Amino acid sequence: MPVFSYIAYPVAGEKQRLCRELAALEHCQVIPADNEEIVILVTETCNREQEEKLHTRLNKIESLQSLAMTYGHMDGQTAEE
Amino acid sequence: MDITRRALIKAAAASSAIAAAATLFPGVSFSGWQEMEGASGAIQWRKTPCRFCGTGCGLLVGVSGARAVAVKGDPNCSVNKGLCCVKGYHSVQALYGRDRLTQARIRQPDGTMKEVPVSEALDLIAEKMQATIKSHGKDAVAMYGSGQWTIPDGYAASKLFKGCIGTNNVEANARLCMASAVTGFMTSFGIDEPMGCYEDMDHADVFVTWGNNMAEMHPVLFSRMLANRNRKKHVKIIDFATRSTRTSLAADKSILFRPQTDLAVANAICYEIIRNNWVNWDFVNNHCSLHKGKTNIGYGTEDHFAFTDKAEDVSFEEYTKFLQDYTPEEVEKISGVAAMDIKYLAALYGDPDKKVTSFWCMGMNQHTRGTWINNLVYNIHLLTGKISSPGNSPFSLTGQPSACGTVREVGTLTHALPHGVVMNEEDRRMAAEIWQVPVDNIDPKPTYHTVEMFRALDRGDIRFIWIQVTNPMVTMPNLIRYRNGARKEDRFVVVSDVYPTPTTDVADVILPSAMWIEQEGMYGNSERRTQHFEQILEPPGEAMCDTWQIIEVARRLGFEKQFPWSRESYIEDIWNEYIRFHDDPKHRMAPYALLKKRSGVQWPFVDGRETRWRFNPIYDPAAKQEGFDFYGKPDHRAWIWVRPYEPAAESPDSDYPFWLNTGRVLEHWHTGSMTRRVPILHGAVPSAYVELNPEDAAAMGVVSGGEVKITSRRGSIVMTAVINGRGNPPRGMVFVPFFDESYLINEVTLDAFCPISKQPDYKKCAVKVERV
Repeated sequence: MPVFSYIAYPVAGEKQRLCRELAALEHCQVIPADNEEIVILVTETCNREQEEKLHTRLNKIESLQSLAMTYGHMDGQTAEE
Repeated sequence: MDITRRALIKAAAASSAIAAAATLFPGVSFSGWQEMEGASGAIQWRKTPCRFCGTGCGLLVGVSGARAVAVKGDPNCSVNKGLCCVKGYHSVQALYGRDRLTQARIRQPDGTMKEVPVSEALDLIAEKMQATIKSHGKDAVAMYGSGQWTIPDGYAASKLFKGCIGTNNVEANARLCMASAVTGFMTSFGIDEPMGCYEDMDHADVFVTWGNNMAEMHPVLFSRMLANRNRKKHVKIIDFATRSTRTSLAADKSILFRPQTDLAVANAICYEIIRNNWVNWDFVNNHCSLHKGKTNIGYGTEDHFAFTDKAEDVSFEEYTKFLQDYTPEEVEKISGVAAMDIKYLAALYGDPDKKVTSFWCMGMNQHTRGTWINNLVYNIHLLTGKISSPGNSPFSLTGQPSACGTVREVGTLTHALPHGVVMNEEDRRMAAEIWQVPVDNIDPKPTYHTVEMFRALDRGDIRFIWIQVTNPMVTMPNLIRYRNGARKEDRFVVVSDVYPTPTTDVADVILPSAMWIEQEGMYGNSERRTQHFEQILEPPGEAMCDTWQIIEVARRLGFEKQFPWSRESYIEDIWNEYIRFHDDPKHRMAPYALLKKRSGVQWPFVDGRETRWRFNPIYDPAAKQEGFDFYGKPDHRAWIWVRPYEPAAESPDSDYPFWLNTGRVLEHWHTGSMTRRVPILHGAVPSAYVELNPEDAAAMGVVSGGEVKITSRRGSIVMTAVINGRGNPPRGMVFVPFFDESYLINEVTLDAFCPISKQPDYKKCAVKVERV
């Protein structure tokens, strides 16, 4: 159950479009900043394969300049296991 | 509100992103956040120091319902000003590992562990302590604690063992990380802990990191140093180390030296300072005195090793003559450091227009001449008068959140008391009065330092040991001996911890502990800052605060009078009792109410003011003499020490041709018992490895990802090789991090220690390396 969060930086002037395009993707939740040109993206997929597919789709979004990861959780990868 | 685990994780993910965004864009708002699944919309942010290293970053922990879901840096904490490192941002996840210890366990005759009510375990502990004392004497029971103990934890332990039971068998793992810093301060200044503070980073023109990979071990402080360099283009960072690290990459200059030869280089720097007449004569004449100690002092590898140094006065001429053996050209032959680089370092320290701060941590402290190298770096600062003023600071950084607060200030080492030492009658009288015990209860003779404590357990001189908040079955050097000792018949081992570890594996009783913000407490960081945290969360199951575990056992032993406190106010009551030991301008602590309010308060706290720079009357009310007042010494002078270069306890030879160096990585805290249960940290560095020099690897036919066997005279281990990783050792050295209990590198290391500080040297022993 991979869950990640990112600060998403849009290409200049493309924040609204970025929000639309991210929200249109499966497994993505978008929290736009009210007063800055950034967007919080929270992703939640079922497994590593789905996660990789999502990243492939994210890489194709033209309004997205970059993603900065701020949090990550992957079940099944802890030391006690 | 019913919040599923999955929703909570998503809420934590969003909270972390929002916290990070708030750091980058102050004032940013996200009104859509409260609509998200799992977010209660009522996150409460509560202050606490970070659980992990000794930097003492202030955190704000976001709590939703009964659970911590987010972390952000506390902008009101002057230490980190809102910034955290990757461990800090993920710190609350360490509370929620699936295998948290929540019930007490007792080992059964068949060797299995059985869950029992915690009261039953506490009864058994008290019963075993009483029986052991009766059959083998008071010095057969021991407490081994930690620089991760809170201040009340350590205080309660010291009071019970030293004041009530009457044994000095109290030690803490800070012996393994900070003891040389303590003896360095005590021998040079007569009083412990740094004279400077983190504000030095905002003032210095030059930083020299002595064997100190700050980029990974103190990343927030390193960022602050880099920020200073970004603001002021003339600022230089010089990395002086035995291995190339991320710190070397970020430094303006990286200088590598052969292990142990920092002693010779420090003397060569002093030689150059004197030769070029860069000595601050006013400072030296008015505020320093010169001394020499014993030489050829041994390495402590044998049981019952004893050493006592003896200081003799020397003249400046004698000191200058001693340094003639340390010309840059001669030292180049010993150290491998080019004479021109030694002269460059000396010129930086010697330039009267440059403020210089030296940082060190384990590289200098885990050293068989750890006290000496501390003295020698102080010598450089004393000769040039670059000390106790903004930007001029020799600064030993701490590794653990309360190595200073609990171990050094409370005095949880065999020789120490909350004020002073057991050998001093006046200090014993003060302790007896405050503790309400007969003065004769406090034994004037220290017993066992850490290595000798585990040797005593092996020999049978100690039969009962209670270990709290630390994992010695991963961290003790020459580990095989000490693990076998702990497992012997007729030894009784109690371990208080939050997760199963190799140390709980040898326990007869396991007590489940409350962790960090599941209890109230205080830590003390590297810069004399006491940091209070409230109980923010309920501990799981029957997990109990370590302080309260000690109180419960003390009462079962009959010491109700000394441990009268209630569950509601025991932390405040302990603090108020403890600070009576430090009620003078040299060490006065802040009142409880103020600690609760602020994100840390620095001591000495006098007349409502914190002390930034000690020994300087401009900043320090205890300093009375003009200029500077090194009041820790009877002569009110700082001591310049004549200390030679002496080789390591074990050096490479034809049978074992490599140096073994051990240490830490950014993502993991010490033995990894907490951080390896945080998925993102575990995923970043899932297992330990050995760093090889590329040329050595090529000569052995080893590629990155291949396996090698590392063997010393004590043990061997097979590990995956990493070549050109984040660190790069020079030819003839390998480096292994110790965070991974699956690869116990301390089965290979040597239990040699500094004869003065008794701190082991984890950075140097001889091994052979073979391709598997």
